[in-house]
Amino acid sequence: MKLIPAMAAAALVAGSVLAQPAHAGATLDAVKAKGFLQCGVNLGLYGFSAPDAKGNWAGLDVDVCRAVAAAVFGDASKVKYTPLSAQQRLPALQSGEIDLLARNTTWTLTRDTANGLDFTTPSYFDGQGFMVSKKLGLKSVKELNGATVCVLPGTTTEQNLSDFFRANKMSFKPVVIEKNEELNSAFFSGRCDALSSDASQLAGIRAGQASNPEDWVILPELISKEPLAPAVRQGDPQWADLVRWSQFAMVYAEEKGVTSKSVAEAAKSPDPDLQRLLGVTAGNGKAMGVDEKWAYNIIAQVGNYGESFERNVGKDSNLKLSRGLNALYTNGGLMYAMPPR
Amino acid sequence: MNRPGRWIKANLFGSPVNTVLTVLALALLWQTVPPFLDWALFSASWGGGSPESCRQAGGACWTLLAERHRLMLFGLYPYDQHWRPLLAMALFVALLAASSHRRCWRPWLALAWGALIVVASLLMWGGVAGLVPVETAQWGGLPLTLVIAVLAIVVAFPFSILLALGRRSELPVIKAVSVGYIELVRGLPLVSLLFMASVMFPLFLPEGVTIEKALRALVGMTLFTAAYLAEAVRGGLQAIPKGQFEAADALGLSYWQTMRLIILPQALRLVIPPIVGQFITCFKDTSLVTIVGLYDLLAATKAALNDPAWRPFFVEGYLAAALVYFCFCFFMSRYSQWLEREVAKGTR
Repeated sequence: MKLIPAMAAAALVAGSVLAQPAHAGATLDAVKAKGFLQCGVNLGLYGFSAPDAKGNWAGLDVDVCRAVAAAVFGDASKVKYTPLSAQQRLPALQSGEIDLLARNTTWTLTRDTANGLDFTTPSYFDGQGFMVSKKLGLKSVKELNGATVCVLPGTTTEQNLSDFFRANKMSFKPVVIEKNEELNSAFFSGRCDALSSDASQLAGIRAGQASNPEDWVILPELISKEPLAPAVRQGDPQWADLVRWSQFAMVYAEEKGVTSKSVAEAAKSPDPDLQRLLGVTAGNGKAMGVDEKWAYNIIAQVGNYGESFERNVGKDSNLKLSRGLNALYTNGGLMYAMPPR
Repeated sequence: MNRPGRWIKANLFGSPVNTVLTVLALALLWQTVPPFLDWALFSASWGGGSPESCRQAGGACWTLLAERHRLMLFGLYPYDQHWRPLLAMALFVALLAASSHRRCWRPWLALAWGALIVVASLLMWGGVAGLVPVETAQWGGLPLTLVIAVLAIVVAFPFSILLALGRRSELPVIKAVSVGYIELVRGLPLVSLLFMASVMFPLFLPEGVTIEKALRALVGMTLFTAAYLAEAVRGGLQAIPKGQFEAADALGLSYWQTMRLIILPQALRLVIPPIVGQFITCFKDTSLVTIVGLYDLLAATKAALNDPAWRPFFVEGYLAAALVYFCFCFFMSRYSQWLEREVAKGTR
């Protein structure tokens, strides 16, 4: 199926030519006028964006959409979701079919420049890792020389894998299997020494599909950077700012210890930082073109970043991911909100 | 020896080779059937509400279906409104059953189908009689599969007859357009046609103008099915002896009268098998609409298996989806055989 990537590339070029630079503020006005946010999400990636048992969308990316809707409308439910495949996502944003792309998309130079996207700020720092059997007694990815590695075809995962082994002058035998389910069962039945995928995926695969999760280890090193960030169309800085600050507000709330439960209490706090964030002191909302209670609504309806993380991918979910790189900077992670003042 | 004994001796142990083959076949059955039954029935988990009960049972996880069947069947359709697509499907199946009795082939049947389409659309869309509006982007599961398949077939069929007639027409422009259309569409895989409809097409629309995904997919499916059906219909047209056309001319019938009264009734009867084959293909091809981002039966099944806790039991999920596809395809297949016999009664 080489045809589809080729057509997607053609669509991208066409899109870059056709996409007219929107005038500043156009997206926010249009979103306000139609009364809902059109958000591009994954067709189904548990923890990031996937329908739950009742067909409602849930996930870390979905929470970004909900946060923006809460900021614009004061109602996190005013979102319509457009599920998109990997090839569809960039044209969908360029053509104006969606207002915001929150679909586990890695922030890269090409996408940020040539493809006409504008990334806001990472919502999840991921990276490619390896899972191996505990029996092999491996401690580092450097010990994988000559290993048989199970990997999905046609993704950056496969590319990163060969780049990594070439850079380290090691050899490996790829076992390329198209379907996720088959790939995973091939790995657990001993067809490969290692399984390579994004670390967030490996944890989920281990939790769900290993007969005994304790028998498998995820090696500590990550061989690629996968900062997943929401994106908007280039040429509308006000809209990009709004999305970016909606994300910052969630992280800042966590830094300040404000949760969806304590936000009403926090609004009464004498702390000037919190008063500015929660709209007790006016100014931020007007600057962004939304209601002064924008951040209050986000935190009350979606929660702070930590709550969203634990609910969707952390200990309250079936993925059970640890915070790792996504912990607050005060806890050794990379999550750092710019000051909302 | 009694009769079954004789039959067994003659057919299963008639010669040394037959005896060896019989023993081998029995051994194979012994190796496969009991483990399968054990997996599917005896060690299976039927309830319990959580993936844990399946892990303990060790066999098939029918709990998955107990817990997730509504997502598999209805996709993203609002949960508390599931009765609407369910009712629409029940009406559809009832009318389908009625249509397979010759006694019911009366003018009211056509009216009933028309009424069904109106009632089912109102049920699905809502916005009238106090029903909450549900946009097509939220339709999913089996109702979506049926809507796309049925509408694609219903629209494509008359269109394909026109194309087939056009291809055999003596008017050069009509002929060229028909040939061009059929060859172009048949030269493209359906996946790329749907991909064009979903990805390329919106780029050429003015900003803010969007056409609903379900409609885009439906148009893609219809155009594709029509091209293939047209060739099947043309096969039937070519099988009609020239004398039939000449006889119609001699009676002074116009072109459309000739086609409607003489040629098409005979031609279509001949090509029931390939036409129904194309219908079945169309029904199964609906699973490709997932690339447009619609949750048809198969995509909704995948969505139900998204949770890592349920993911190990994908075999059960896909088996259930396969069973649904099989029921519809098998019905179409049997219906076509019955129809062939029915319409051939006059020529026996």
